[in-house]
Amino acid sequence: MSDDQVTIEVDGISLPAKKGQMVMEVTDDAGIYIPRFCYHAKLSVAANCRMCLVEVEKAPKPLPACATPVAEGMKISTKSPAAIAAQRATMEFLLINHPLDCPICDQGGECELQDLAMGYGRDISRYNEGKRVVADKDIGPLVSTDMTRCIHCTRCVRFTEEIAGFQELGTMGRGEDMKIGTYVEKAVNHELSGNIIDLCPVGALNSKPFRYRARAWEMIQQATVSPHDSFGSNMFAHVKQGRLMRVVPQPNDEINETWLSDRDRFSYDGIYSTDRVIKPLLRIDGEFRETEWSTVLEQVSDRLQQTDAAKIGFLSSPGATVEESFLLQRIARGLGTNNIDHRLQARDLGDSDNDPVQPHIGTDIVSLESADAIAVIGSDLRREVPMLAHRVRKAALAGATVSFINPPGQQYQFSHQYLATELTQLRAALGALIGAAEVATGKIAPDSVAQRVDRQSHDETHRAVAESLAQGERSHILLGHLAQRHPAFTQIRALASVLADMTGATIGFIPESANAAGASLVGVLPHRGAGGEPVATPGLNARQMLADALDAYVLFGFEPEVDTVEGAQAVETLRNANFVVVMSPWLSEQALEYADVILPIGTFAETAGTYVNLEGRWQSFSGVATPVGEARPGWKVLRVLANYLHLDAFDYNDALEVTVAAREAVPVELQDYRIGPMPSMDGADFGDDLMPAPISLYGSDSLVRRSRPLQRTPLARGVGES
Amino acid sequence: MNEKTTRTVALSDHAREVIDHWVAKFPEGRQRSAVIEALRVVQHDNKGYLTADLMDAVADYIDVPRIQVYEVAAFYSIFETEPCGEHHISVCTNISCHLRGSQEIVDHIEKKLGVKTGESTPDGKFFLKREEECLAACVNAPMMMIDHVYYEHLTPEKVDDILDKIE
Amino acid sequence: MNYRENENLVAFAPFGLENSWTLDAYRSIGGYQSWQQVLSGELSADDIIDKVKASGLRGRGGAGFPTGLKWSFMPRNAPGQKYIVCNSDESEPGTCHDRDILRYNPHALIEGMAIAGYAMGATVGYNYIRGEFFAEPVPRFESALREAYEAGLLGQNINGSGIDFDLHMFVGAGAYICGEETGLLESLEGKPGRPRFKPPFPANYGLYGKPTTVNNTYTLASVPTILRKGPEWFAALGPEKSGGAAIYSVSGHVEKPGNYELPMGIPFPDLLEICGGIWKGRKLKAVIPGGSSVPVMPGEVIMECNMDYESLREAGSALGTGAVVVMDETTCMVRMLERISRFYYAESCGQCTPCREGTGWLNRVINRVIDGKGRSEDLDMLVEVANKIEGHTICALGDAAAWPVQSFIKHYRHEFAYMIEHGGRSIVEADGKAAA
Repeated sequence: MSDDQVTIEVDGISLPAKKGQMVMEVTDDAGIYIPRFCYHAKLSVAANCRMCLVEVEKAPKPLPACATPVAEGMKISTKSPAAIAAQRATMEFLLINHPLDCPICDQGGECELQDLAMGYGRDISRYNEGKRVVADKDIGPLVSTDMTRCIHCTRCVRFTEEIAGFQELGTMGRGEDMKIGTYVEKAVNHELSGNIIDLCPVGALNSKPFRYRARAWEMIQQATVSPHDSFGSNMFAHVKQGRLMRVVPQPNDEINETWLSDRDRFSYDGIYSTDRVIKPLLRIDGEFRETEWSTVLEQVSDRLQQTDAAKIGFLSSPGATVEESFLLQRIARGLGTNNIDHRLQARDLGDSDNDPVQPHIGTDIVSLESADAIAVIGSDLRREVPMLAHRVRKAALAGATVSFINPPGQQYQFSHQYLATELTQLRAALGALIGAAEVATGKIAPDSVAQRVDRQSHDETHRAVAESLAQGERSHILLGHLAQRHPAFTQIRALASVLADMTGATIGFIPESANAAGASLVGVLPHRGAGGEPVATPGLNARQMLADALDAYVLFGFEPEVDTVEGAQAVETLRNANFVVVMSPWLSEQALEYADVILPIGTFAETAGTYVNLEGRWQSFSGVATPVGEARPGWKVLRVLANYLHLDAFDYNDALEVTVAAREAVPVELQDYRIGPMPSMDGADFGDDLMPAPISLYGSDSLVRRSRPLQRTPLARGVGES
Repeated sequence: MNEKTTRTVALSDHAREVIDHWVAKFPEGRQRSAVIEALRVVQHDNKGYLTADLMDAVADYIDVPRIQVYEVAAFYSIFETEPCGEHHISVCTNISCHLRGSQEIVDHIEKKLGVKTGESTPDGKFFLKREEECLAACVNAPMMMIDHVYYEHLTPEKVDDILDKIE
Repeated sequence: MNYRENENLVAFAPFGLENSWTLDAYRSIGGYQSWQQVLSGELSADDIIDKVKASGLRGRGGAGFPTGLKWSFMPRNAPGQKYIVCNSDESEPGTCHDRDILRYNPHALIEGMAIAGYAMGATVGYNYIRGEFFAEPVPRFESALREAYEAGLLGQNINGSGIDFDLHMFVGAGAYICGEETGLLESLEGKPGRPRFKPPFPANYGLYGKPTTVNNTYTLASVPTILRKGPEWFAALGPEKSGGAAIYSVSGHVEKPGNYELPMGIPFPDLLEICGGIWKGRKLKAVIPGGSSVPVMPGEVIMECNMDYESLREAGSALGTGAVVVMDETTCMVRMLERISRFYYAESCGQCTPCREGTGWLNRVINRVIDGKGRSEDLDMLVEVANKIEGHTICALGDAAAWPVQSFIKHYRHEFAYMIEHGGRSIVEADGKAAA
């Protein structure tokens, strides 16, 4: 037994524990349940609810398990008469001012107070005085407040301060009149705000969009995965009669812990937006007509077969599943073209041969927390991948030196170094960082770089960033979406790679959307097939396809007008094409202008699928909701289309067979990314007008854009952003 | 992405001086310790009560999150966050004063000023505050505090005298 | 024994001198001699702690914890900042002697804090004074502090001794709970004064997370006299285990209410006599002997009792802060308890459940009884609710709210029952003994 080990006895059972642990941590690990309201494993201890009082031998009074440190030989009774009496006493106090509105409370059926009251409450209240009533304040479109129900556990206050990093909620007043709130009426305005709904043990904070929509026991809980970014947060969908009613986190300590970003939690509203396509639409004489699937698929296959394969372009969302991506590229190649791409936002598509087969962050999510140094380059991290920003914050709080080389104006709620860099200056900043790295390491940058960038104009911050990367044993460089969308991305990547080499840092990419990594792996690329196999004759990339009209297009799961580099140009090009097939759950107004066929596919909730996250984790999920109207899972539509096209080996019976086929086609091991020589800077397509637009948190994809509650938030409106 | 609303009031030079004086008493980075003193001076300057704008001004000047200032203002009994009369009258009604006739004093003041405990006179001159705490002058009961000044061994006549002399 | 010899005074030693609060007056009775001994190297930290231990000095803030022992808990040789904090947030109902120390003998407190700081390796001290003392005690203490600095008694490398001690004043803003030491530390940090759970204790994690000791005003102000006159002298003033003197704040129904610093262990009848006896020639009914939170004692019980920690504990109450609230035969005990319960209800910080919810419950039920709407089952329920608060809260306010309820109903149940049965009429009115 090592020095920091002790043994305690709980209800007669001997348990090992570490010095410094609280009793509650040990009993939770051992599966011994002690009732609690304020305690939460991810938050600081408050010890204020007094529900977890237990009897400790030789202690003159009951002690809170959450705040009592273990000691050798400590004997604890969690269910002795004294412990139960103390717990029951607390329950009685909690209930006297709690309203008896369980029948109309959304928390009913999943309320920690209700559950524990069953075990510890009295049948009849002997409190005959007036009950407390608390006025509510509007804290925004996502979280409803019924503060009369509040039991003052302060989990929401602690979450907002400790996890989100904001001080927006507080405890006002004192005694019986103590209130949790914002004091002034204001929206709680950050990207993780919905987590206070889960944390609230009662119905004081609930989901506003879900309010009065269903009772907990009417819904079926099904596991799924976030479709909005490459973090791969695990979620539970709560489904009533086939309809997705709400989303809550599925705890997974390796990924999202117990949290979800608001984007993941509230986007589901868009599934049921009024512009869902409920039946296949076919343009006949300039008008869209609802048409049977068989008719429309036949039309599509005929038209595609009649078109010169070299004149067909396939464009797919980086949010399409592995299965959809895999089948789409098989169809393209089955028809005989490599004109396929998912890099809709990439401006600089040169040097693609040096792209990683699988973009990933160069480490895993959990390891990131124990980093010594992290440099985030060309990113708006909180908007790109909110939960990754949370992990980076945890790393910083644990002592990592975190640096941002990003456009000015971003806010991070932890101590960090910020090299405010306009995107036009990103190459210059990297040059300066390389110069600073030369100072920090004594190494000399390779000639190919030395001649091309100014390495001398480094200041104190550059040197501090370079030093932190060089000194840290675990240093990571992350290239964000803005870097990857940059018109000089290949140069930025090469410079960052040199910086990584010199400082010993890993280099990683934050993949776009939910599945850019998967799309890349299975070959939704003009120059590579599944598994990164180079193709003999590379096809057109996304920008080339959208620059001049081809004869036909197949667009899968995105809206070109907003999701591509030059939306207006894309729409114009598509208009000039002979035949455009749009596979999408929604009908955008623009699509009416350029589409000839609209095939309604299911959203992530209505299909089985797989996403590969930013650390290379394959996560499969089932369809959780009944597809709206006659929408069908994308993989099924593609499979049947392939049958109509008479392509070989498309007889998959279910999504899993597609998953297995895709999986077999790609390497399992992640490759550490390093780029070789500095690419040429000369011919780079590099103009200010092509600089990527700021990252839009709630404009990231079609589903999010259709979530009414998210669009009503100050963050979506750009209010109060700084 | 934190909401910053614009403020409409500024702190007086005097208030800034007082706050700076107190901030200097605490270690580097512990300026939050000066919030109580800052609110005291700001409330005094504002004739007896705090507003959200004033609290925001304090928070911004001291450089602490605004919610921290609201929490302090809402917790301590000396701070008033709703408009009230300028001179705060607190009659101690705790045990020792209760035994020596504090209720008679309260009744007398209520009658004299024509307000109930918790109310302010219409002219905004007096605020008859509900004082819950013992004011620690128990051996000289009954007593009251007006704007921090203690008046002890009270009788209704003495109360008249005291109130009449306040401008 | 003549209790009122000036020789017996500890923290009130300079009382009676003209302008007793000035440095000159304080020096005239030997003030700052002990601190000078520290500065000249004649008195070591170990010596100080040993002497304070030997004196038997116990915390005068109410809990009565041995002061020397508390000081020895500080990791005084550990590196890093440490703090000594004085609790001048005097607010236990009935208690008003710290106000007099601040007004009339502030230098004793300054000297006591400097010595305590030195003994525990704390180079910075804060005196937390309640906000309501803003007009008189605060300026008195502030000017004494200025005098001490000007006289070269405080600061960095004081008189070339290599000893640093900086002392600051802090003024609260009205909250009884800040008298709880960790609530006080929170308040000092500029937050609402909500007590912290313990462990960790302030000696390990105190002000700004640094090792900190919090002592009461009277405790610290006693230290210079103890060192000057010797721990044996101090210990001998009182009985075993209750060394020294106590300032009895005698209030309520006595002829001469006042703060009396007297040897610990004085028999209650003697104390009552010093205060001129019960006023208006009435009879003694009950006494709260140590501030509002300690159990009430019937007159006949306390008349047999000595006023020290052990004797009062044995008699079922406590010395607490030494605030002696005397009630005559006309006192309605129901209304008296209502005042107490109202106070704890209003002063609960609100963070932990039993106190937040329970104190309001108690007060409402008592008020309902007074309003003539009491029920026979209310009395047992009051006691049960009090029992459920007691021992279940983060800090002792819960206990303080519970003990009066338990003791009032234990000793005066018949008065409560009478009121319930008679629609809110007090038994003392029925007996024709209504308070004047």
